Amino acid sequence: MTVSPATAPLHPTVPGAHLLEVDDLSVEFRTDYGTVRAVNSLSYHLDKGETLAILGESGSGKSVSAQAIMGIIDTPPGYVTSGQIRYQGRDLLTMDSKQQRAMRGAEIAIVFQDALSALNPVFTVGAQIAEMFRVHRGTSKKEAMAKAAELMDRVRIPSAKDRLKDYPHQFSGGMRQRVMMAMALALDPKVLIADEPTTALDVTVQAQIMDLLLTLQDENGMGLILITHDLGVVGEVADRVAVMYAGRIVETGGIREIFGHPAHPYTVGLMNSVPRLDQRGQRLSPIVGAPPNLADIPPGCSFHPRCPRAELVCRQERPLLREVVPGRRAACHFAEEVLDA
Amino acid sequence: MSSPPDVSSGRSPDEALRRSAGPDPTESPLPGAAETTSTGSSRQASLWSDAWRQLRRNPIFVIASLLLVVLATMAAFPSLFTNADPLSCNLANSRGGPGTNGAWFGYDLQGCDYYANIIYGVRVSMVIGVAVVGGALVIGVTLGALAGFYGGWFDSLMSRITDIFFGLPLILGAIILLNAFTGDRGLFQVSLALIAFGWMTILRLLRSSVIAVKSTDYVQAARALGAGDWRIITTHILPNAIAPVLVYATIAIGGIIAAEATLSFLGIGLQRPSISWGLQIEEARDFVRTSPYLLLIPSAFLSVTVLCFIMLGDALRDALDPKLR
Repeated sequence: MTVSPATAPLHPTVPGAHLLEVDDLSVEFRTDYGTVRAVNSLSYHLDKGETLAILGESGSGKSVSAQAIMGIIDTPPGYVTSGQIRYQGRDLLTMDSKQQRAMRGAEIAIVFQDALSALNPVFTVGAQIAEMFRVHRGTSKKEAMAKAAELMDRVRIPSAKDRLKDYPHQFSGGMRQRVMMAMALALDPKVLIADEPTTALDVTVQAQIMDLLLTLQDENGMGLILITHDLGVVGEVADRVAVMYAGRIVETGGIREIFGHPAHPYTVGLMNSVPRLDQRGQRLSPIVGAPPNLADIPPGCSFHPRCPRAELVCRQERPLLREVVPGRRAACHFAEEVLDA
Repeated sequence: MSSPPDVSSGRSPDEALRRSAGPDPTESPLPGAAETTSTGSSRQASLWSDAWRQLRRNPIFVIASLLLVVLATMAAFPSLFTNADPLSCNLANSRGGPGTNGAWFGYDLQGCDYYANIIYGVRVSMVIGVAVVGGALVIGVTLGALAGFYGGWFDSLMSRITDIFFGLPLILGAIILLNAFTGDRGLFQVSLALIAFGWMTILRLLRSSVIAVKSTDYVQAARALGAGDWRIITTHILPNAIAPVLVYATIAIGGIIAAEATLSFLGIGLQRPSISWGLQIEEARDFVRTSPYLLLIPSAFLSVTVLCFIMLGDALRDALDPKLR
């Protein structure tokens, strides 16, 4: 897989060079308790056939950025305040709503975390998969149902034909997630966003679903954005990783490099908080403190209150995402020292 | 709540209803596929099939719906129930009590067959009840869905207009409106007046349940997968938001029937020669002591009809609201 060379975050070399480019995206929610800045000038890109993992704690803005790509942020209270989301060079945010709708599902699709609540309880799964064809292609009901059956086969749902007429609650968790995937893949999208697709499943099923996701990715060569907080999943499947903290990317690069030698103290903290077999009997070292309140992000480096290395400069000056070694960028004043440690 | 015994009750009725909630009711039920899982734990998903299962075993529902079937047949085909013409009258029979000349319910003041009049009165009540609630549903569901879904200024406007209409009670509003109509007051005018002051509760109910459903994940998912507003409202939100409105509408039919009788009784609803229980009760007023049956019979029919709709609505509410189980 291609590990794309790093570019300056705000000015990618050529707009449209990548399949999907998120450029300087900011999203805020204006609530009664103040403005919550969920995503702050976020930039990343995705190529064809590539898997980009977006890693971060709850509330780091990873899901909100996915919602912004899909155009499903509820306004109010949510507003995209800056940036571009370019798909094949065209900015999704400035398209008219009809063009946007035609993109959703057909070019860029999403798989949600909780398939039970993401499926409409009053319709059969067959009807819901068929709806994709009926909405986007105007296919006849009968033909759409036939295609739905094929798709259910493709996501390895046993006796797919018989289960077309079942309702979401009649499926097990893993099977429901497969139904979601069938819906997402119905129109052969070029980008698939998987928003914590395995979090609600038990471990054995998680592995099956991840395997299936990767197989399907191989089959049609789509770009996959995998949003997760599960380091194990990331390590197995991703080509590149973007680690998010408080709505920003703090570190990004190839999966091996980052897992081998993290260059940001937050990434180091994440690695250390995973239980490891070779450190049995030792205490886990979680990151101290809690993620920042996004309505009141600390000045300077937003990680400094929890950072073991924080110095005065971290409190005063926000570190920019900069190239540490070729192909790797980190937003830390002491990235080189962290890397060498 | 336990599942019904599979052997005796059979599955086809709930299979059929579950299917009718889906978009394609014509396909034949699957053998087996649903069998193994449908009696499981996740009830919220099979709202309608559960409701049907519960309704079938509710004696109130069974009694009310049987009575309503009889009343509806009377309304549609009154000649099945009586050979007499309600408008061929003989003054010589005026106020002849039940049994006179073989007339079951006797004769009214004009000497018309009272049984025939009562039977033909069902039609007016049923038509007005269903037409008014139908009209109110059209207004309330449309505006309520739009207000709930889009919110913003339209929602505020609708809420204020609703408040204004709520300021006038149904009967009072209808009296004022019907007085403004010059010329004949027939079924159409009376229905219109009752619709005009009967849609607000439906709008409010639907608006709030649309707001609740709007934020569910499956609506977000539908939007993310490219469905437009119209499709989201009609196929994803309404089927999940309509239950409380249906309950209210069923009960409201009873209320509207009573309201029509009230208006006719007061002399501002239907006018003779229309046949209406309200008119009959009004006429009977002066003869309560000498011919009480003139008052009692139409009152009894009116009460039973209204009661049937209220019972039906109650049974529906019990079945559709999982929290009441």
